Amino acid sequence: MPNMPMHGQRAMPGAKPVNFKRTLGQLIRYMRASIAPIIISFLLAIAAVVLTINIPKITGNATDTLITGLIQKQVYAGVEKSLENGMTMESLAGGIAAQSGKNVQDVTLQDLMDFANQDSANFAENVPQKYRDAVLNMRLYKAPGMDIDAVIRLLLAATILIAVSGVLSYGQSFLLAGVAQKISYRLRRDIDLKINKLPFKYFDNVKSGEVLSYLTNDVDNISTSLNQSLAQLVTAITTIIGVMIMMFSISWILTLIALVIMPLSFLLVMTVVKLSQKHFVNQQKKLGEANAHIEEMYGAHQVIQLYNGQQNSKADFDKLNTDLAQAAKKSQFLSGLMQPCMQLIGNIGYVVTCVVGGVLVANGGLGVGNIQSFIQYMRQFNQPVAQFGNIMNTLQLTVASAERVFGFLNAEDEKETGEGEPENCRGVVEFENVRFGYSEDKIIINDFSSKIEAGSKVAIVGPTGAGKTTMVKLLMRFYDLNGGAIYLDGKNVAEYSRDGMRKEFGMVLQDTWLYSASIRENIRYGKLDATDEEVVRAAKIACADHFIRTLEGGYDFVINEDADNISQGQKQLLTIARAVLADPKVLILDEATSSVDTRTELLIQKAMAHLMEGRTSFIIAHRLSTIKDADKILVMRDGDIVEQGNHEELMQIEDGFYKKLYNAQFA
Amino acid sequence: MFKVYKKYIPHLILCFVLLFVQAFADLAMPEYMAQMMEQVVGGAGTAEILKIGGIMLGYAALVTVCSVLVGYIASVVGSGTSKKLREMMFAKVSDFSASEFDKFQVSSLITRSTNDVTQVQMFTIMFVRIVMYAPILAVGGIIKAIANSEGMGVLVWVIVAAVGVIICSLGVLMLIVQPKFTRLQKIIDKLNSVARESLSGKEVVRAFGTQQFEENRFDEVNTDLKKTQLFVNRVMGMFMPIVMVVMNGVSIAVIWIASYQATNIAMVTSMMAFIQYAVQIIMAFMMVTMVFVLMPRAVVSIKRINEVLKAKISIVDRENAVEAGDLKGELVFENVTFRYGDSEDAVLKDISFTSSPGQTTAIIGATGSGKSTLIKLIPRLYDVSEGSVKLDGRDVREYTVDSLRDNVSFVPQKNVLLKGTIESNIKYNDIDGNSEDMTAAAEIAQATEFIETKENKYESEIAQGGGNVSGGQKQRLAIARALYKKAPVYVFDDSFSALDFKTDAALRAALKEKLSDKNIIIVAQRVGSIMNADQILVLDEGRLVGKGTHSELMKNCSVYNEIAHSQLSKEELQNA
Repeated sequence: MPNMPMHGQRAMPGAKPVNFKRTLGQLIRYMRASIAPIIISFLLAIAAVVLTINIPKITGNATDTLITGLIQKQVYAGVEKSLENGMTMESLAGGIAAQSGKNVQDVTLQDLMDFANQDSANFAENVPQKYRDAVLNMRLYKAPGMDIDAVIRLLLAATILIAVSGVLSYGQSFLLAGVAQKISYRLRRDIDLKINKLPFKYFDNVKSGEVLSYLTNDVDNISTSLNQSLAQLVTAITTIIGVMIMMFSISWILTLIALVIMPLSFLLVMTVVKLSQKHFVNQQKKLGEANAHIEEMYGAHQVIQLYNGQQNSKADFDKLNTDLAQAAKKSQFLSGLMQPCMQLIGNIGYVVTCVVGGVLVANGGLGVGNIQSFIQYMRQFNQPVAQFGNIMNTLQLTVASAERVFGFLNAEDEKETGEGEPENCRGVVEFENVRFGYSEDKIIINDFSSKIEAGSKVAIVGPTGAGKTTMVKLLMRFYDLNGGAIYLDGKNVAEYSRDGMRKEFGMVLQDTWLYSASIRENIRYGKLDATDEEVVRAAKIACADHFIRTLEGGYDFVINEDADNISQGQKQLLTIARAVLADPKVLILDEATSSVDTRTELLIQKAMAHLMEGRTSFIIAHRLSTIKDADKILVMRDGDIVEQGNHEELMQIEDGFYKKLYNAQFA
Repeated sequence: MFKVYKKYIPHLILCFVLLFVQAFADLAMPEYMAQMMEQVVGGAGTAEILKIGGIMLGYAALVTVCSVLVGYIASVVGSGTSKKLREMMFAKVSDFSASEFDKFQVSSLITRSTNDVTQVQMFTIMFVRIVMYAPILAVGGIIKAIANSEGMGVLVWVIVAAVGVIICSLGVLMLIVQPKFTRLQKIIDKLNSVARESLSGKEVVRAFGTQQFEENRFDEVNTDLKKTQLFVNRVMGMFMPIVMVVMNGVSIAVIWIASYQATNIAMVTSMMAFIQYAVQIIMAFMMVTMVFVLMPRAVVSIKRINEVLKAKISIVDRENAVEAGDLKGELVFENVTFRYGDSEDAVLKDISFTSSPGQTTAIIGATGSGKSTLIKLIPRLYDVSEGSVKLDGRDVREYTVDSLRDNVSFVPQKNVLLKGTIESNIKYNDIDGNSEDMTAAAEIAQATEFIETKENKYESEIAQGGGNVSGGQKQRLAIARALYKKAPVYVFDDSFSALDFKTDAALRAALKEKLSDKNIIIVAQRVGSIMNADQILVLDEGRLVGKGTHSELMKNCSVYNEIAHSQLSKEELQNA
């Protein structure tokens, strides 16, 4: 929840950033566009603090004004009581006035004391120094009234200050919220753009989940931190400096005491944080272990039940759970110590302020209102100190998050090696000494050459894991070759722009991809400017029209997020329709294996046959009839292409791999 | 679920007492401060000041001692209850049958046992430290505040007004923001799903050159998220300034009122204490409000945990269940009908067949025809709705579940390996069994080849879920695990799908040789791989539409014919 004081908020240990400075630099560069609102909001924060910081002092003064009035009253009553019978204060003042030559209205208590015997009339003896002058200057001829006007003036000033400060601090939060959102919007946009720019190789090491976590968690951390911690930091620093100045202006002795207590509390906070963090990390580790066990056992519940493994699994869990509870107890106790510690420091400060302050009121020039102010300043002073640990931790987390995000954004883009797109493509594909490996030191395709005529059918066969999909990735230029070249109509495909050459290459994979939108939009994905009529025509060619019309809403039927409201076979038909619409010259197809029912399977075969007409096709084949019909068969094993030729040719090879494969199935 | 807390009632009572003492001590201090100030103004000496200071210090120490103890008890209760809760959840879920897993979904059960329990733990600690404390502090504060406003009764209304303003403004802000909050969650989900889609479809995106389209799609959600979040943050951003203004406003108002009503010094020093009580009372109310904001989450978690703990387990031992002992493995399905949960449509309808030791029975049919469901009735992963499944002439429901499952070795469709080594996985049924049995099982499963190429052979590490071995290897290890377990009945649920033709054929040959006296049930997709079975069952939409050998079925079963023709060419069918 934004901007809410969180209780039980605990210092989270984040992965520490590796290069704090560089990441911070990059983050600051991101903020440069918003530099004006940031500076203004900082100024607003400072101004708000400067204004609020005056309030305790002003209200303290108001209290002292009250006390002054009351003491005057008290002393006045004392003087009145000491008068002899028949005498009034007015006549007393008159008497003194007559002797000293003053006006009756101007006769003060001081004058009375100068005039009277010291032993009998020291009415102000017990009055603290702070108030003594006011008492001594009190006029005698008339009872003193409370100086309400002065109090109200002070309170009015305080009211104006606090109101203005409230507006300013909202202005600050308003501006920073804008900045934070603008920056997180840009970060998210840049991450999204980057997804489409990175080479596929990058995703061999980085899982989708990680990228999603950059996009949500990490950007969120950065945004929250910009929104809150940054302002908190500025406010905290200003408060500490401002409060210190105010405290000095009240009493340097009390301020020195406060300054001794501050490092003490800082030290205590740090010790507790350090202690609890170690145990917190331990707790998280144990929690991770227990949760991993839960996850594994729940996921494997069928196996566990079939093998009666429940008892063992429960025993294992009990051990993990006990460890976790131990760690959790320690960690929670220690992190929970923070609050009592801070409270203790605060209370000691409070008591010491009262005691020393009390002594200073009695013997120095301090007023009670000053102590009231000072107590409030002490509290304001301790708060940011306690916050510091939290803010620093959050900032560290933020930089760690930023580092992950920038690590992604700084990764090298896929290089463009050519430009333009093929024109009047015929679909002749030629491989020349192709060398490829997912990593440089592990070449899997050593030296492959083959020429495929326009319109012919090529079957790619091999056991599971032989790397049949590698061919798809190379043809689509998802990965770059380590050596050799692939030619399209005699021109090296690397000389075209990637997008340009891909216009002539279509793919229909078993692992279908649809997005959550209507069926119409999904088919249109093959050609974004296609008309509705074109979409329907494509669906008809792909044998998908019929089933689409049976769905509720027909072409407007919306595929849900997991794309599980239509069957696997139907999904495949849609991807075929999409490819029909894209109308590429070269096709890469993945033949369906098992998860499709018989009737749909027949439809898919028919649709694929339609699609292949007049196009060069590469088929990852599972069906022997397809393989036998192919103009050329590429046989793959352990990532490499080990044999090529048509069925008859390959069966001629004595001890050939293809021959073995074929015989294994039907012997 | 609340019985988890029963054990801790004494702890909670002790906590309550400690918190009471803490609040009492905490609230005593401003009063002593006021007393001290009054005496100072009245001309008291250093000795008196120090005496009162000493008493205050004592209270400060008392506050700390209490709150440390409360913290300790809170951590004991928090970790203890969540331990117990986790234990109960785990034990309960471990005993769940397949139906309960279907009902709850594995992923949801995982979150319930992990996140939800953590939520409850956090809330328990918060409960002890805040929910119990805040009301004590508030009530105590109010009593003290009233006591310190003698002769200035209006002052109490300042606190009432302040608390009112804060609660009302929070209420109004929440009311404005609440609908947006719900929307925000939806937008975040949407953002996630769009990004997930363009990540999982990155090949397709680039193949069709639709990067721009994807980017626009993302930008739409991204902009929406920016705007909504900005709105929420800007509205909620008002809260802290309001609190600050109110807090300061309280002291201004109190002094203002006192300036009219105070008639002696003691009233002014009491007023100073009053200001401090006001702050404490307002803080207490804010704490309570915070709890109300956070509570719905914990309540949801508690509800979700309770659902699991209260769930009825569908498959348990009958009252007079018998131990199965070593069975022969004669399996009979008698008019079996099965439906999932309360659904109306039966997945299996009136199925009868017999399968004997020494026989191989294959089951074939389109996806959704009920093949997997059928075999799951044998080890009682599910129970029949009507009819019965008999093993050695006795209904499987009359055996104890454990002893029945000891007699059925089953390879599920989804191959799940557990964290450990290859050995611990194959020997899962009996970790202390001998190694020859293990190598023999691996041999039949055609797994020796790749195990031997590994550096540590059978000691090779297996990551959680078998993430570090390929699909084909995983499947072979799962088969080896089943073969290691000695049983009269072996069931393979489409267990050869990830194997290439060659391995598949070799495995079948080995099975035929080594398990010749066992009762083997195989669910298959490819006709080519089951043509030689002793008995083939053809399922179509839950009905048994054909039973016999390959050649018999080719003659008299149209569904079988259709499947065979879609998969094999004419000559292959003739060759068979």
